[in-house]
Amino acid sequence: MTIDIIPIEHMQVVYDRPEALACNHTHYCPGCTHSIAHRLVAEAIDELGLREQTILVAPVGCSVFAYNYFTVDGCEAAHGRAPAMATGIKRVSPDKTVITYQGDGDLASIGIAEIIHAAARGEKITTIFVNNAIYGMTGGQMAPTTLPNQKTTSSPSGRDIASTGAPLKISELLAQIDGAVYVVRRSLHDVKHIRQAKKAILTALKVQQAGLGFGLVELLSTCPTNWGMTPVDAMHWVETAMMPYFPLGDYKIADSVHKLG
Amino acid sequence: MQEEFVFSGFGGQGVMFAGQLLAYTAMDEGLEVTWIPSYGPEMRGGTAHCFVVISDRVIGSPLVAHPTNGIIFNKPSFDKYEPLVAKGGRLVVNTSLVTQKSLRDDIHVIEIPATDIAYEIGDQRLTNMVLLGALLRDHPILSLEALKQALEAHIPNHRRNLLEKNYQAIARGAERIYA
Amino acid sequence: MAREMLKGNVAIAEAAVRAGCEAYFGYPITPQTELLEYMSSRMVELGRVFLQAESEVAAINMVYGAACAGVQVMTSSSSPGISLMQEGLSYIAGSEVPCVIVDVMRGGPGLGNILPSQSDYFQVTKSAGHGDFHPIVLAPASVQEAIDFTMLAFELAQKYRHIVIIAADGQIGQMMEPAELPPMKDYPLPRPNWALTGANGREKNVITSLYLNADEEEAFNNRLQKKLALIRSVEQRSDEFATDDAELLVVGYGTAGRIAMSAVQLAREKGLKVGLFRPQTLYPFPEQRLSELAEQVDMCLVVEMNAGQMIEDVRLAVKDSIPVEFYGRMGGNIPMPDELLRVIERYYAYSAVLA
Repeated sequence: MTIDIIPIEHMQVVYDRPEALACNHTHYCPGCTHSIAHRLVAEAIDELGLREQTILVAPVGCSVFAYNYFTVDGCEAAHGRAPAMATGIKRVSPDKTVITYQGDGDLASIGIAEIIHAAARGEKITTIFVNNAIYGMTGGQMAPTTLPNQKTTSSPSGRDIASTGAPLKISELLAQIDGAVYVVRRSLHDVKHIRQAKKAILTALKVQQAGLGFGLVELLSTCPTNWGMTPVDAMHWVETAMMPYFPLGDYKIADSVHKLG
Repeated sequence: MQEEFVFSGFGGQGVMFAGQLLAYTAMDEGLEVTWIPSYGPEMRGGTAHCFVVISDRVIGSPLVAHPTNGIIFNKPSFDKYEPLVAKGGRLVVNTSLVTQKSLRDDIHVIEIPATDIAYEIGDQRLTNMVLLGALLRDHPILSLEALKQALEAHIPNHRRNLLEKNYQAIARGAERIYA
Repeated sequence: MAREMLKGNVAIAEAAVRAGCEAYFGYPITPQTELLEYMSSRMVELGRVFLQAESEVAAINMVYGAACAGVQVMTSSSSPGISLMQEGLSYIAGSEVPCVIVDVMRGGPGLGNILPSQSDYFQVTKSAGHGDFHPIVLAPASVQEAIDFTMLAFELAQKYRHIVIIAADGQIGQMMEPAELPPMKDYPLPRPNWALTGANGREKNVITSLYLNADEEEAFNNRLQKKLALIRSVEQRSDEFATDDAELLVVGYGTAGRIAMSAVQLAREKGLKVGLFRPQTLYPFPEQRLSELAEQVDMCLVVEMNAGQMIEDVRLAVKDSIPVEFYGRMGGNIPMPDELLRVIERYYAYSAVLA
């Protein structure tokens, strides 16, 4: 039996590291979807040719080191304050592309005021909101997006909504705000949904480029470590447990965004 | 030379502007001067006061416990500041709104129905100018002419049409003392 | 330049504009609101950035962002607002980006009141946020100094990539005095090479205060401390009045310092050998000059509008060589010159006995 070896000059690159993604090992746990989200953001930056004009604002949470994983300028915000910091950057550098990358504790809990007001002002920034229904970095405590009855290290008997309130639906909430022109929820639990997420991130960055207003892409994500699941089970849990509570969809696509095509 | 002035009355009586105008006049005459208001909730319709210090040397404190001059627009201000005016000092009282008499024999009291005079001229908001006219006529550390020049220079644009009436009010205040 | 009658808050705002402030972020709070209001029209008129934030927390983080982008930026607030900004101040110090903060201090603790106070000396000089750092703190005593120190603040912030706080109080903010404004500086400054401007033809820039590794965090802190040591050695500033033959030295800053000057004048008229030492930088505290004066005078009398905060720095500077006494008023009460004179007379007699 012979093996055909394709001469190198006939090979073509079918999968590569995006230029905007740094050649670094991440510190994320096995099976965590942060790495997927990073790659999608980097691909979108590359495809729009924005790498040299992008400024990334990292949050406090598992993605605190996000600036290490991209080859764009970056900075580290205080917990929850990324939208305010991004506002400061964008207002003095309106020609730059400013992205905040925030988890659910950062954005939906301690930073809820900052995200709402950034949206209300129609800040021309893009927020990637990674919702995995738990505080990852501090070891699995209840988040504002933790599902009813979900067990966490600070809700050991399961989240009791009579006492802790119901999970916050951020995309639905922000969609009510006039300044928010593009607000969608996507999921990273399988290939089809990952492709849809990528498309949404591309659109969100185009919205910023066109100066239309505030844009946010919520990504339903996994935390196998703190959920106590295998990565595969975690992907399944996103689909079966999270998606019914946090339906995917386009919560706000302003007319101006439609016109972008 | 150092003179201190407290202007005190209701919010809306032009208390702050009277003090500012005196301060502008002093500055335009090359003197050192400070102006400091009461501020905050009491500006909203309650009593308002400001302090002006005029000196020929660098001014330390813009506030003094016993000002050498009190310009009193209403009764609560009379109650508060009449006892505090420095010995040998001067009290200018708007008798249109203050019926009490000062019983102090160690200060010089000038009584003038400033609000009535302002009404006669046609605008009760001119009370402050009548009182300033009376003050500087009695105590000419700054001339009435300098006061008028400062007014011309610093009156807000939307009040410029009232300039002539302001001059009238200053003149009426000044003549009243010796009438 | 002609003298103009300027309110302290407005004077600081216009001075910031002339110093080249490119962006202002703030939140209304008495007694500094005129500063924000002035900026809301003036910055926009000049095509610069003005934004009223949703809170002081947001305002300081907008300042942080704009500073990372490499522009001259400022905010202003008053005591309770500065408390809310402490988180951001710590991040800014930990990231070594420049900014100017104006604190028009009012009475506290809690909501306190809106009257002039100096009760945040500790906060601005020693505890502006978590971690080992001190902002540079300038304390104007007049409207002219408020202008001059605002210009200086932007210079020092850029020079050291550090926070500069202008610690005024309600009286400085609200009073009007004739003062001269400087001409407009060149604008805008080029963005520094460390700033976040996009990795265009260069390696990416990262601005962070996060060092998980103990040695890296220690190395950063050592660098920060070296910078603060340099600031302490070359940036101490103070003013004096009648100190040549003084036996009793009154020490006060800002409004208390200027009122003390009136009291010292009154004391001199009575033939008492009293002088005034007025710190203009609260951090670095002007210990060099004060320790020299301590060799000459018999006693220090510290005057503050608080329960006694700067007095700790005075005691450190004079190192027990002479008694250090204190007189303070609180709650928004401002000591009057004749009130201070009585205090001075009492301590003067006491220091004479000691001598």
